[in-house]
Formats: sequence, C-alpha cells, structure tokens
Amino acid sequence: MAPRGASTDELCSIPAYLARNVRQYGDKPAYREKEFGIWQCWTWAEANDEIRATAMGLLALGIERGEYVAVIGRNRPAHYWAMVAAQMCGAIPVPLYQDAVAEEMAYVLDHCGARFVVCGDQEQVDKVIEVQDRVHQIEHVLYNDNRGMRKYDHTHLNWLKDIEEEGRVAHARLEPELERRIAELTWDSTCVMLYTSGTTGKPKGVVLSNRNIIETAKASVAFDNLGQDEEVLAYLPMAWVGDFIFSIGQAMVAGFCVNCPESPDTMMTDLREIGPTYFFAPPRIFETMLTNVMIRMEDAGDLKHALFHHFMEFAKGTGETYGMPRYRRQQSRPTLRRRARWIYRYAMGIGFAVETIVENAVRGFFVRLRHPIEARKYFKARGPLLNLYPQPLRDYFEYRTGDVLVYGPLKNTLGLSRIRVAYTAGEAIGPEIFDFYRSLGINLKQLYGQTEASVFITQQPDGQVRSDTVGVPSPGVEVKIAENGEVFYRSPGTFVEYYKNAESTASTKDPEGWVATGDAGFFEEGTGHLRIIDRAKDVGKMADGRLFAPKYVENKLKFYPDILEAVVFGAGREMCTAFINIDLTAVGNWAERNNIAYASYQELAGHPRVLDTIQAHVEEVNRSVAEDPMLSGCQIHRFLILHKELDADDGELTRTRKVRRNIIAEKFGDLVTALYDGSDSVYTETEVTYEDGRKGKIRATLQIRDAKVKAPTQAGQVAA
Amino acid sequence: MNIASVEPYVTEDGRTIGGVLMELKHITLRFGGVVAIKDISFDIREGEIRAIIGPNGAGKSSMLNVISGFYTPSEGEVWFEGRKRPQMRPYQVAQQGIARTFQNIALFSGMSTLDNIMTGRITRMKSGLFSQAMWWGKAQREESEHRAAVEKIIDFLEIQHIRKTPVGRLPYGLQKRVELGRALAAEPRLLLLDEPMAGMNVEEKEDMSRFILDVNDEFGTTIVLIEHDMGVVMDLSDRVVVMDYGKKIGDGPPDEVRANPEVIAAYLGVSHD
Repeated sequence: MAPRGASTDELCSIPAYLARNVRQYGDKPAYREKEFGIWQCWTWAEANDEIRATAMGLLALGIERGEYVAVIGRNRPAHYWAMVAAQMCGAIPVPLYQDAVAEEMAYVLDHCGARFVVCGDQEQVDKVIEVQDRVHQIEHVLYNDNRGMRKYDHTHLNWLKDIEEEGRVAHARLEPELERRIAELTWDSTCVMLYTSGTTGKPKGVVLSNRNIIETAKASVAFDNLGQDEEVLAYLPMAWVGDFIFSIGQAMVAGFCVNCPESPDTMMTDLREIGPTYFFAPPRIFETMLTNVMIRMEDAGDLKHALFHHFMEFAKGTGETYGMPRYRRQQSRPTLRRRARWIYRYAMGIGFAVETIVENAVRGFFVRLRHPIEARKYFKARGPLLNLYPQPLRDYFEYRTGDVLVYGPLKNTLGLSRIRVAYTAGEAIGPEIFDFYRSLGINLKQLYGQTEASVFITQQPDGQVRSDTVGVPSPGVEVKIAENGEVFYRSPGTFVEYYKNAESTASTKDPEGWVATGDAGFFEEGTGHLRIIDRAKDVGKMADGRLFAPKYVENKLKFYPDILEAVVFGAGREMCTAFINIDLTAVGNWAERNNIAYASYQELAGHPRVLDTIQAHVEEVNRSVAEDPMLSGCQIHRFLILHKELDADDGELTRTRKVRRNIIAEKFGDLVTALYDGSDSVYTETEVTYEDGRKGKIRATLQIRDAKVKAPTQAGQVAA
Repeated sequence: MNIASVEPYVTEDGRTIGGVLMELKHITLRFGGVVAIKDISFDIREGEIRAIIGPNGAGKSSMLNVISGFYTPSEGEVWFEGRKRPQMRPYQVAQQGIARTFQNIALFSGMSTLDNIMTGRITRMKSGLFSQAMWWGKAQREESEHRAAVEKIIDFLEIQHIRKTPVGRLPYGLQKRVELGRALAAEPRLLLLDEPMAGMNVEEKEDMSRFILDVNDEFGTTIVLIEHDMGVVMDLSDRVVVMDYGKKIGDGPPDEVRANPEVIAAYLGVSHD
C-alpha cells in the first residue's frame, strides 16, 4: 500500500499553512501583481488580512459548509484569495477556464451546483448572467474589477471589495464562526474541485482532498529543494491543476511569492521583470519563445548573427557540463569553517589553473626553442596557443565567454536568468527545443502528470535529464505498466472521485487505488526512466495490422517551427494521411523574407511554396519514421494544409490545447475522404466561432499533396 | 425627448444628461470664397454623446475645428460653459478643457505609447520649461503624479502590453487607441473624436465603441464624434446632427434622424426624373 496518510502534521489544510506562513514569514512578499505599471506587493500578513476579510464577507452572505464556489478569471491575487477564503469557510473552490464560452460554462456551473460565483471582470459577469436562466441555483455573483459594472442590477451582484468591507465591519460577530470552520478542516475534506479539459466527452469534476494537494506539494517541494525565496509567475489558467499546485499548493507549503502578470499580453515583459527562479510552461510556450528568438536573430547584424550561431553550436555539447546552475541550495547560512573551506578550494583551483597555463606556456616556449621545426609543424596542426591547454579548461573558458556575449543576455531577454528549476509537461517537447534551453544553462526538466494525480506522476531528477523520457516516479508515487502497455499509478495525490460520476470513478480507479492514465508507455531498462509513446486508446492498428501511433508522428512534425499542429489519420486504413496547421509567425516571417504577399492565414496556408516547404518536412519525417521498423507503417502518404487554425472555440482543441482527434475527423469528414480517394484538391466550407460567440463560414479549395515514403530499413541493409 | 428643454434628465441606460455645455449659434465659416459651414446652430449637453454625420465634404471636420476653437467662425457665436468664447491663441485652445483625436492619426511615431500619452498631460504640468528640461525640482515631483494618471488611462484602455513600444510600430487600431488615450490624459470636459473607427475591422470597431461608452460612463466626459459607420453612430449617440454641403439638415435622437427624408436623400441620393 502506498504511504497514505503518512503525514500526521497538524497542518492539514491550506488555511492552516497560511496561518503558519503569517507566523513564520509575515513580512515577506506573498503575492505581487503589476498594476498601473508598478508591481504591487502584499506580504503574507497583508494577504492574510485580505483573505480573512473576504472569508468573513462570504460568511455574511450566508455561505454554507461543503458548497461549491466557482472562480472565473485570469491569474490575479484576489482570485487566489477568493479560493482560499472559500476554503476557510468550509466551502470548495472550483476554478473555471476564463476563456470558456457561455455554453461550456453553463455545463460546469450546473454540474457543480455553485451558489456563489466569483468573476474577474465584466466579461465574465456577462457570461454568468447569460447562463443564469439555465443554471438557476446561482445566487450571488461577485466581481473583482468594477469597471463598467455601475449600471448592473446589484441585487445579487457584489463587488469583492464591498464584500470584504462588510466582512471587516462585522468581524466581531463572524470571527468565532470563521475560526470554528477553519478548525473543522481535516486531511480528508475537499481542497478543490477541478474540471478536466475533456479530450473526450464532457468535462469531469476531479475532487482533490487536502491530503492530495498538501502531500503532493510537500513531496515536490522537497524533490527540488524549493525554498521560501523562490519566485514564480502565475500565468497559466487557474482552472488547470498545475496552476493550483504551483500557485497555491507549493506556494503555501514552501511560502514563496506568487507573481501575477499585468495582463495576458504582457506575460513576456512581466516574466523578464520578475525573473522567476521556478518556472513551469507547456512546450508550446518554449517553442514560441525559441521561434521569436530565431526570427529576431535573422534580422540581426552579421556580427551578432555569427556570434550567436557560433556560441549556440558550441553550447550544444558543453552547456550540460558548464552551464547548469548549482542544483543543491545551501540549507543554512554558511558557517565560518565552510566559508574558509570554499576560499581554500577556490584559491587552490585558481592556483592550479594558473599553474597549468604558465607551465604549458613555459613548456611550449622551450619546446619551440629546442625543436623549432617540429614545433612549428606541431603547433600549425593544433591551431592557436590556447590549444596547449587541456580541452575541458578551454571549453570552460569558451563557455564563460559565450555566457558573457550570448547566453547571459539571451537568458536575460527571455526572463530566464534566475531559473533554478523549470518544468515542461503536457505534451512531448522537441529535442532541439529542449536542448536549446538546456545548453543555455537553464535547468529545464520534464514531468509527467495529470489532474487525477494532483500533477506529479514522474519527474526528472537533477542530473538525469533527457528529452525523450519523462523521468522516474515522483516521491511517494508507485507506477506499474499493464500488459497492454498502459501506465498505472498509485500515490498520496490520487484523486478522491469524479464528482457525481461514480461510474467513471470506478472505471478509472480500482479498489486498491491504482489509476489508469490512459497513456501507453514503458520503463527504460537500466535507467528506470518512464517513456510515454502515445494515448493508449489512440494507438491502433492499420488495415494490414501494422502499429499506428499518431501522436508519435505528429510530435515529429510539430518539432518543425513551421508546423503548429498536425493531425494524423490511419487507424484501420491502408495508409496514413495528415492535416497540417502552419505557424503563422514562423511562416509569415519566411514569406516576408521571400517577398510572398498574403492577406490572410488562409491565403498563406494555400501558397504553393508553403506547400513545398511543408512537403519537404513531411518527407524528412517519413525518413525518420522509417528507421523504426515497428512504426514504419505510420509514414504519411498524403497531406493537406488546413485553411484555418485549429481552435478551442470551435471545439477542435481542448482548453489546454490538445487535439480532439475524433471531433476533427468528424468535422472535416469531407477532407479526410478526399485524402483517401486520390483527388488533387478539395472544396470545403467550415463553420467558425468568433471570440464573442458569433459564428461565420470559411470557404476554401485545398490542395492535396503526395509525400514520398520510404520502405522500412532492415537491420544491416538499406532498402531502396 | 424635447431638445429645447435644458432640464437634466436620465437616459434609459442610467446616465445623467445635464445642462447645455456648449452652444453654437448661427455659425458660418468661410475660406475665401468657399463657404464650408452655412448658418448652423446646435447645442451639446453635459454628459451626452453627440454625433455629427454627413457625406464627404459636408463640413464635419470644419465643424469640429470650430468647436475646438482651432477655427474662429466668420459669423456666429460659440458659447462654452455659459460664456461667450472670444478668439483664442493656440495655447488657450489647449487649456480650455477640450481634447480631440484626429482623422489621420497625429501621434509622435518615434515615441513610446507612454510618452505619447504623457504629452497629453502637458497642459496640466505646472513646472516651467527649464526645470522640465533639467529634470529638476518641481518637474521631478510632478512626474510621478502625472505618470499615475497616465497609467490609469493605460489600464483603462487595456494597452499595458504596448506601454514601451514606439507607436510607429503599432497596428492602426492600437494607434487609434493610443490617440484616444492622449486625448483622455488632458482630462477634458469635452472630447472630440474625428472618425475614431475609420479603417477598422468589425472587432476593432466593437472594442472602440466599448471604450467610447466606458469613457462617457466612467469619467462623465461629454463626447462629440464624427463617424461614417451608421450602425455605430445609431448605437452610440444620444443625439445626431446631420450636415450636407455645409448646412444642417437634421438634428435629434438617432431614430428620428434615421426617419428624416432629407437625411435619406443626402445619404442615398434621390432620383431626379
């Protein structure tokens, strides 16, 4: 059995941790938000005041124990406070995706039966009001930003600040009740309910207890030695489990500061200003950052261009050795003795280095004197004088030079200078992208997790980081592989149940607590690292019985900066085909450079030269897929470039931007048919949803291209 | 609604429209032999959104220039805040509490959004040229105060992400927003918008409409706007003045104006048979 309930700590809830943080770190920053161009800061003590005032305000409105409070909005301290305030009152916060359209919101609000809804701004309030006639139980709508709200009917609508004020006024009456409710929280009371993004079907409400969240947060804080002085940027959707663990779970347990960006558009600037030490981003963010760097380098002058390429090439082999920050932080203030030891070591190190240099120079000089002709030949062959020094020393110096000229400024521009630990998860990350950041000396690691596990299933320990695995099981997590290759886990973070959905709970979690991830994978021999191949249910067979793993091929395609998204078809078919989405930033820049005029995404996507480029990429992928005899059937025979970007508003992606394969196949059925019937082009009409919920139509004629495929390579012989 | 009455009243959406802020009496404007505006009279009331519409060359922009005080009418009187307005020097024009945006964007394209909006505060700065140039004394103390006001506007218009971007690099829609920001920075009583939505797509127009309504609502600013998009005009404005060939051919609430046969004739043309 997993070490369930191993912790007997009295701190068994987020409010309890908040109280501890106020005691221990009262005057240290807890939350920051940029507003009016300035970073506003709240210490733990100040944040506690706000949270308690909100909680008492909620009590004054008559919040009950165990009821659900929906929170909709972008990352702002007030929204996090509202969640903790709800927990203080014994209620359960349910963060929702703020970019969800009213329809999606209606389902979740109805399902969780929230009486209280906390909205970020007018936009969210409007959506809630829109669905209120279907979702009758909503009683109180609270909002954070009061702009444009004056004209609304305020009978059931309240400004959070007013509620807080009410709570402060009535604190004498409400304080005892609040204390009582906080004291009632146990390990098993629900901490939060999060809705899964729903790759298939309706979203499910995942119930996570205090034990799940706090045990997981504790273990992961210990795993990476996260300290009180960590800085994080909270910019990922609040409804996503990762944000809850990082910005509430770990922040409360470790006591570090959560920084909220000014607006979603300023995320990159804010990242740079804050310089987080602990950072999480899905691969897409890292891809975008890299694409932007590359585009800007293309525009740079020759010298910068040359420097950049020389040092980036150099860093590929050496960054891992010379670039990484020291992993282990010092536990306490160094003692005098430890300091003396450092000084001694550094002095010895420098002394040794100087000695080596001097010795080599002197020896070189005498060698030249004694054997001038041979020496000249020898030095000519070996290059400049620096070559006299041992390779590691030269690499070290070159890397340091690169750090001053290229890596340092680049990291600074990206806002990643201070990173100690960065994680990426959710999708496979391209090896080039991964290596790029690692070689800059950014400790980027991968983890594998899901909502049902309170994020962590496996993660990569420092020093064992690779782009093709997702690491070893996290502390306290047991992982096993079923016969069909599906990955199962059991951990203290394993969710309690799906809300109002006993059937799904039973099919996902067995009585012993093992949870099916739905992903197929295997443990690598020797290292014990887990490798994920694909979604278990997506792995299929082609008509002739060969293995079909769409995600494997899609990921290879997506590693090209030109390709934003790819959807591969082929289950039960003779051959594989693909839809491609181009990346407008990368391809648009390329078009500009090559004097290709275009007016819209659609026009650029249909340009013959774009098709040529993508075809080259597809053929390269085919060659690489052919190298794996097991998966060689997955080579792409025909493809087309879609006339619109796949979008969550149209239901083609989940809100976390994962491809919804079946919905796409259904929606673009005519295109799939055309891919298999051998036609050269296809006319199609597609309905699109605009951001404000209105619908429109796009018409297009798409070209279909054939890509070269390669016969599988047999061991020892090269097939034609 | 009775236009003649000057009693304050409350509109359907809960805004209070006050008394007459500006009254134009029998305005005629001539450029040499060309008569741009012929004997036009109308009033602008406190807190309302007043639209001026009309076909190209109707004299709308000239009218706006008369309102702002940039042009002095050849005949007629302008009454602003209950006083007859004399002929003004340019700096007086700037100081009277009327701000405007331009039909063709007139920003400092090499300067950042922040600096551009900051220029809108100039009439409110009390420190002299010397201390500003030296960045010393009063100018230094004043700066943070003005910066705070500008940041409120940046927050209001949701342009935080372009705060430090030179405006020359911005797309058209955003430049228009920056221009609105600069006009707002002067904290005007009367805001004049010359075709704020020209050349925008539907989404940008919706955003801009939202901002115009919010400005009117949050700051209580009286707004006069010229616009070609009839849908926008009808949705936004409380009262509309229609001009054609320098003459006023209609004045009243949007619905009334829409039904006016003269207005239809001016916009759609009439058959002469």
